[in-house]
Amino acid sequence: MKNTIMENKNFRPLDLKKKMRPGESVIQSLLFISGVLSIFITVAIVYELGKEALLFFNNPDVTLTKFFATTQWQPGIGLFGIWPLVTATLTTSAIAIFVSLPLGLAAALFLSEYATPKARSTLKPILEVLAGIPTVVYGYFALLFMTPLLQSIFGESVQVYNMASAGIVMGIMILPLIASMSEDALSAVPRSLREGAYAMGATKFETSIQVVLPASLSGVGAALIIGISRAIGETMIVAIASGSGPNFTFNPFKAAETMTGHIARISGGDLSYNSIDYTSLFAVALMLFLVTLVLNLISQVVVERFREKYE
Amino acid sequence: MQTNETPEYAIETKDLSIFYGAFKAVSDVNMLLEKQKITAIIGPSGCGKSTLLRAFNRMNDFVPNSHVTGEILMRGQNLYGSNIDPVEVRRSIGMVFQKPNPFPKSIYENIAWGARINGFKGNMDELVEQSLRGSALWEEVKDVLQKSAYELSGGQQQRLCIARTIAIQPSIILMDEPASALDPISTLRIEELMQELKKNYTIIIVTHNMQQAARVSDYTAMMMLDKEGSRSGTVIEFSETKRIFTNPKDKRTEDYVTGRFG
Amino acid sequence: MNPTDNHYPTGESFRKSLNGRYRIASIWQAIFFSALLIALLSLAALLYNVVDGAFGYVAFEYKNDPTEFTAKPLDDLNKQELLEILQTNLSSGAYTKLDNEKTMEKRSKSVLYTLVLERLIQVDTKKTWSMTDSILRGNEIKAEVAKKYPEAKLEFRSWLTPVFLTTPMSSKAEFAGVRTAILGSLWMVGIAILFALPIGTGAAIYLQEYATKNFLNRIIQTNINNLAGVPSIVYGMLGLAIFVRALEPFTSGSMFGITDTNGRTILSAGLTMGILVLPLIIINGQEAIKAVPDSLRQAAYGIGATRWQTIWHHVLPNALPGILTGSILAVSRAIGETAPLIIVGASTFISLDPEGPFSKFTALPIQVYQWTTRAQTEFHAIAASAIIVLLILLLTLNAAAVIIRNRVQRKY
Repeated sequence: MKNTIMENKNFRPLDLKKKMRPGESVIQSLLFISGVLSIFITVAIVYELGKEALLFFNNPDVTLTKFFATTQWQPGIGLFGIWPLVTATLTTSAIAIFVSLPLGLAAALFLSEYATPKARSTLKPILEVLAGIPTVVYGYFALLFMTPLLQSIFGESVQVYNMASAGIVMGIMILPLIASMSEDALSAVPRSLREGAYAMGATKFETSIQVVLPASLSGVGAALIIGISRAIGETMIVAIASGSGPNFTFNPFKAAETMTGHIARISGGDLSYNSIDYTSLFAVALMLFLVTLVLNLISQVVVERFREKYE
Repeated sequence: MQTNETPEYAIETKDLSIFYGAFKAVSDVNMLLEKQKITAIIGPSGCGKSTLLRAFNRMNDFVPNSHVTGEILMRGQNLYGSNIDPVEVRRSIGMVFQKPNPFPKSIYENIAWGARINGFKGNMDELVEQSLRGSALWEEVKDVLQKSAYELSGGQQQRLCIARTIAIQPSIILMDEPASALDPISTLRIEELMQELKKNYTIIIVTHNMQQAARVSDYTAMMMLDKEGSRSGTVIEFSETKRIFTNPKDKRTEDYVTGRFG
Repeated sequence: MNPTDNHYPTGESFRKSLNGRYRIASIWQAIFFSALLIALLSLAALLYNVVDGAFGYVAFEYKNDPTEFTAKPLDDLNKQELLEILQTNLSSGAYTKLDNEKTMEKRSKSVLYTLVLERLIQVDTKKTWSMTDSILRGNEIKAEVAKKYPEAKLEFRSWLTPVFLTTPMSSKAEFAGVRTAILGSLWMVGIAILFALPIGTGAAIYLQEYATKNFLNRIIQTNINNLAGVPSIVYGMLGLAIFVRALEPFTSGSMFGITDTNGRTILSAGLTMGILVLPLIIINGQEAIKAVPDSLRQAAYGIGATRWQTIWHHVLPNALPGILTGSILAVSRAIGETAPLIIVGASTFISLDPEGPFSKFTALPIQVYQWTTRAQTEFHAIAASAIIVLLILLLTLNAAAVIIRNRVQRKY
């Protein structure tokens, strides 16, 4: 039999001209649309939140002075001071960061500088489990474990709903995030820096704290910013444990409603669409979106810079 | 430290073998290294030059499952003895690495840091200046001491690393291909600096550049895989540099230095 | 430099200061480790707290004495006898209504038993205790009950039972179950994935395989990273404004002739959740596609394949396990999310199974939220049981993801 594979192909007709491939173009367009859709989502968020927030601020009763300079928030009865919601958000977030930053950073230092590979591979999944638990479960934990615990330590001054227990549990929730981002940053520090420090007669601790940690500081900073953003946007823990009702206070043992908790409570009921209560929620949500957006952007830029430094 | 007078040997190895787990990376090295001399370790890549060098200041401790047999003796004390502290070892045996690795701190802090952790009590400004003069960097950086060390050129960074090493006043300095990442002019400056440094320090340098070894060193150790098919390196010949390059005893050394090998 | 200028501690004094440095180092090492220990203990405390709540003593009274309905002890009744009791004692209207929901004869014995308790005997829970209390202070509890509630029965109960999984909501904690919530969650997640997986994978393919480094594509990438960090409650607000309100004719099903609902349906919730997990799916998809070695693409191009042929026949099959893992993670995120569902308007009390995308619905985390915030402790007990169900569901999903991931790691 004749082997056609081995024949000389030089006599075959050759056409190298560009061909239309309609299928390819259709698919590429569809893929492009999928990619661009994400931009539409952002635009939709800004548009929808902005539209309703604008309705809120266009209400003749609402003035920017009232919004930023008074301290009571009851849109239904004409009180438009945003501060009680903001202070509660700040207080719970500050407590959460106060818990999660030192613990998360310490855990990251242990994992990246001290733990053997074997220990690391058992300890990291535990942190991942902690990160995978739904926040509503943390809410249960805050209300039915942390609050009684705080009450047994600090006594009567701790209210049933209080910002401290919500904040602490939120800190536990954020801890894995800060630990894993910081660990990434610490591990990215080149080994040569550690060797340089060891060769100068530094102990492991001196190397970790005085050379590796400063070198990874921007990465740790990015972790901190993401942690703050997460704490500000977290809803279920504060909705369950922090209290229902705006309260202008920084006292962590008192009940106070955060921005997110307020949205959850008000929208949970049957809310009529054109009421001031409805539009006010969008104003609060818009603030929330903008604050977290700025924080996320900063953190991305910081991480990007950090990556460039060592690559 | 310089008071207790000793024979002319700074450090000595006895039947030194280095293992990574079960793998023997370097086997049976016996060397006597003279004080205030430069000893070069040369040989083809992968023969364990850096491993041997890193054994002298116990940097291999950080490699999991690594261990040594035999002894490295420094003034009668075995560096791998059970009562020896690796931090003390590294304090008295400094090291300069292949790629400059200054700390992400100011030029001043790069030198002051090592001194501080080692309990330096004297005048820090003076120490920084002396160290920088010692590494021939002072004139270039004296006005920018607070700038980040990362703003220096590669050659300057490497001299800064030498400065920070001499600031802690070791008696031996290990150099792991210190000029391999540098341009020829920076390399020359480092080589000149080494001649200056050897007045006070014993230097052991690993290099893959035979001309460099011939130029700078007083003694040369030739390393090679110990036999065909084995993966363990060993020192096959160790003597005065002049002799290694002009009249080697070992055929393999001759092949290597004349370029007929590897 | 003059080597005699030695300002360093030597010999004994250096050793002494070195010991001090080592001491500080080991103290800090212990501190670093204890941070991990605290994380570990928190996890243990959380899990223990949940289990602790789901089991324990409960003191309850019967409003109506069982002997009014039957001479036999309740536990000895068979299915037929239970059915007869219900038939004779329930009003005919109530019985017909139950029968219409599901034919009574087809219901299991345990369901009928629960109905007898719920509708006829009517249990009144007086007090519940946690598992730890029940075990450690059993005798005290018995004494307390005997003194305070002389009529009450005391039993050690697991609130998490097979019946709990299969019964719908009830206003009484003793008879409430998570059936409607589980079904609601499954419907919602199904819609979310159906929406987000194709679009997310498409976007990931576009960004990895087609996008050049231009301004628009950089914006898309940054934007996706940002969307991943937007608080979930904001997605809830978006869902409320768009799906519940603006697209009400579509999401309520009135376009399709369904009239009994508003926009607060499973479809709205599913689409909202789909948008929420979209960035997650895109980012994971990109990682999976990135991991496919370039040599494979070049091999395909080398034998004259078009770009899409290369992607479809070589890149995607190899990235599939990674994409799958990402989807599973997205599913578990969607199952646990609560806040957007509250905003979009999950109903809190539903006793009917969802029938389709246009049904009102509830979901597992919504039930956990509702029951946790009730004042009565028996609701906390069923909240804990629902959490266990939720966590087991998530654990199963994540285990699946880990298994798939390990398979892939072995391959390359």
